[in-house]
Amino acid sequence: MAKTHVTTSINGEATEFLCEPNETLLAVLRNELQLTGTKEGCGSGDCGACSVTMNGRLVCSCLVLGVEAEGAEIGTVEGISNKENLHVIQEKFLEHAALQCGICTPGLIVSTKALLEENPDPTEEEIRYYLAGNLCRCTGYDKIIRAVMDSAVVMRGDA
Amino acid sequence: MSEAREYKYIGQRTIRPDGFDKVTGRADFGADLSLPGMIWGKILRSPHAHARINKIDTSKAEAHPDVMAVVTHQDFPAVTAGGFAVGEGQVDFKDLSKNVLADDKVLYHGHPIAAIAAKTEAAAEAALSLIDVDFEVLKPVLDIAEAMKPDAPLLHADLFTQGLAEQPEKASNIASRMELKKGDIEAGFAAAEVIVERDFSTPTVHQGYIEPHATTVRYEADGQSMVWCSTQGHFDVRAIISTLLSMDLSKLKVIASEIGGGFGAKTTVYLEPVALMLSKKSGRPVKMAMTREEVFRASGPGSATRSRVKIGARKDGTITAMKAELNYAAGAFKGSPMAPGCMTAFTPYDVENMYVEGYDVVVNKPKAAAYRAPGAPQAEFAAEMVINELADELGIDPIEFRLQNAAKEGTQTIYGPKLKVVGLVECLEAAKNSPQYKQALAENQGRGLASGFWFNIGGQSSVVINMKPDGTGTIIEGSPDIGGSRASMQMMAAEELGIDISRLTPVVADTEHIAYSATTGGSRTTFATGMAVIEAAQDVVRQLKERAAAVWNVTAEQVEWEDGVATNVASGEKLSATEICQSAEKTGGQVSGRANINARGAGPSFAVHLCDVEVDKETGKTDVVRYTAIQDAGKAIHPSYVEGQYQGGAAQGIGWALNEEYIYSEDGVMENAGFLDYRIPLSSDLPMIETVIVEVPNSFHPFGVRGVGETGIIPPLAAVATAVSDAIGVHMGDLPCSPPKVLKAIQDAS
Amino acid sequence: MAKVIFSSELQLLTGEDHAMVSATNYRDLVAELLSRYENLSEGEIMKMAVAIDGVVIPDPLLESVSSSSEVHFLYRISGG
Repeated sequence: MAKTHVTTSINGEATEFLCEPNETLLAVLRNELQLTGTKEGCGSGDCGACSVTMNGRLVCSCLVLGVEAEGAEIGTVEGISNKENLHVIQEKFLEHAALQCGICTPGLIVSTKALLEENPDPTEEEIRYYLAGNLCRCTGYDKIIRAVMDSAVVMRGDA
Repeated sequence: MSEAREYKYIGQRTIRPDGFDKVTGRADFGADLSLPGMIWGKILRSPHAHARINKIDTSKAEAHPDVMAVVTHQDFPAVTAGGFAVGEGQVDFKDLSKNVLADDKVLYHGHPIAAIAAKTEAAAEAALSLIDVDFEVLKPVLDIAEAMKPDAPLLHADLFTQGLAEQPEKASNIASRMELKKGDIEAGFAAAEVIVERDFSTPTVHQGYIEPHATTVRYEADGQSMVWCSTQGHFDVRAIISTLLSMDLSKLKVIASEIGGGFGAKTTVYLEPVALMLSKKSGRPVKMAMTREEVFRASGPGSATRSRVKIGARKDGTITAMKAELNYAAGAFKGSPMAPGCMTAFTPYDVENMYVEGYDVVVNKPKAAAYRAPGAPQAEFAAEMVINELADELGIDPIEFRLQNAAKEGTQTIYGPKLKVVGLVECLEAAKNSPQYKQALAENQGRGLASGFWFNIGGQSSVVINMKPDGTGTIIEGSPDIGGSRASMQMMAAEELGIDISRLTPVVADTEHIAYSATTGGSRTTFATGMAVIEAAQDVVRQLKERAAAVWNVTAEQVEWEDGVATNVASGEKLSATEICQSAEKTGGQVSGRANINARGAGPSFAVHLCDVEVDKETGKTDVVRYTAIQDAGKAIHPSYVEGQYQGGAAQGIGWALNEEYIYSEDGVMENAGFLDYRIPLSSDLPMIETVIVEVPNSFHPFGVRGVGETGIIPPLAAVATAVSDAIGVHMGDLPCSPPKVLKAIQDAS
Repeated sequence: MAKVIFSSELQLLTGEDHAMVSATNYRDLVAELLSRYENLSEGEIMKMAVAIDGVVIPDPLLESVSSSSEVHFLYRISGG
């Protein structure tokens, strides 16, 4: 099978890669581009560890083909912070101890950013349903939800 | 320990030192390492739950141009070594070798048979179909009760029941029997005025860590081979591989990657020896990673159980007798956590007469691995359910009933020693005073309460603290950090040294850079490795005082150490840790502190959980509406991560109680091997989980630490099932309380 | 004399639920038990953890035992 040439943008950076037609975006990110911050937990779209944004929309990169990235804007966890400082969401996850092992954390941070861009003032219930696609086995979610609520306050400028 | 000691760092909610890497995606987990020239390995797994392997033909696969190596059990040296304590107990190397790659039989659906390495993952996967296996399919046995029958299909022709008074002559699926006794059980029941006896069952469950098992290895024929893997204990991985592959320890370097959850199941090996053999045969570095389906079918699970518990009490609420029969499914090979189950079942109670009998039974399911307080959730579930029912029959409040019979300092346990100071009574009092216990229930709601006990362990830990020329330090430890333990190591060292946490960097070193440290498990790391950190820090302080003494030309006894500063008692002169380190070359070279310990005196941790549920009587769906987890930490070094352990344990236990189970077809195939159908709790399934940290110090630890990681998964099973029973008015003794089961219970009752 | 309490597993080998042993350290205590019970093997004992006066000791050797000590052999717990 001939590989396909794909031109895309990842975290604002113009990027080209070659991939098999059946290769997932997750595999491309991790294996071709060495962007291993995006994690694989299930490969079936159930756990959210591979969450990225594609043209601003939250997707599981294990359910997207690499070739679909052609001409798209992809956002991964590596692009959340600017070069100097952590993003508010990242700071709040640390402050609230919203991670234990940390394998779900990149996906949750990407999802949280997408949530708060869509809905800057979510209720606890809205957060719980929006993040229901991001599994965490360590924390029981309590501290994650608090970190997201606190991030929302700061990002709205209420704090 | 000094009760009055005021802490500067202990008890603070600091930012974890590995946090930056974890929130930016920089942290490298098991599947994140690639090496130049690396190829991929995949495993051919059994399509049958029970079959004899007549022949494996790998010739077509070997001839394929994409394939760079093929291995089967025949490539492994014969293992003769005996047992080894890791994970939930004794590991039998012969069994482990056959679990890693099947020998003459496959014993569960998904049992590894052969492995292939190829240039890409897809090529390796595709080439698996080129391996021909000639099977003689056998009848599987999945249920514990069925497997215990004398005419059941036998998994192992050479398995004879251990622990019987007379050596059995016939092979059996019952691997062992254990019996624990205290007092006179018959007299105890004779003295009882009310007796409750019930049968219980719990399903096969999975630890459900989000990171699948993964490893990258590089075999070196002449030098040192390297194994990078996601593990709770890289020193034990080294020991296991060296035995399975007959390699010297010195020829193996094992690096623990960041670990994406383990909960006990990453205390053994699955892929690592296979990958190393593929690397040996191909001459290339090899990466292997399980799919989620493989994780479910062939790693982990927590044992299914069937049990019967009988408890008797006098009308005044005094428990007179407690009896249990606990049967655990070990999976394909012996070694379920039956023994710790037997030992924990009744330990929250100070009762004169007890009798517990346990059976370890092999069935055609994956070999059970340790799962957070291995064996205890299943055993204490059954015991706590009967306690709640008995309290109800006696008309006594379940907290008062427990307080009246609670284990405390001096209580004779059924498994051996008397308890030292423990915090069960304090946890029960906290439950009584909790806002949740005082809140009235609404319609269709029910409440359940349960206690839990886990031993916690000590064991070997090694720590080196290297001070740098600028007065900062590196804490080198050998305990994989599974939930933030580097933060507590940093805090304990800072407290002891009197220097700021920001000046101390904790590092989990590979097997070459620190001496042996036992596996992270048994809630031991903050306790035992913490003790080593404290001792190593004290060693640093001692040396810094000596160096200051040398500068001042006085004896070390004339130097005092406080807040990271040495004071010359006679002159009042001061030298900070930084100043001493800056001139270390003049006083004898750099400063390193060291501790190698085998920690004893681990303090048991008791917990009490309170659960309110609401049941939709039309669908049988249960929602947890309020939850409080109360547990004795001894001393919480980092309260946020202690709370996190309570909340995470509660969530995992809630999943076990309400939804999680392996669903099998008749021929032994797991039918729900994915997160969509094996449903662990989602954020939308849970409420906030309230926590109370009780602190009854463990006198054997300088700061009073008990372990906190495991106990929290024990109480939820009975707390949730009691709450569901309370809400629907039907006793729920078979987990999980899933919607179909709850709905059926409601319909059968009406 | 120290009181040694046997687990049900060890009782199968000793035929008794406890024994009174005069020893000042763990090693001597084990030597005395091995000489007293012919079915008991060192391997069997090494497999177990020991608690001396309620303190669980993972890998004992020369720990001191007093005349009033209670010594329990118990299943070695690992955890998850």
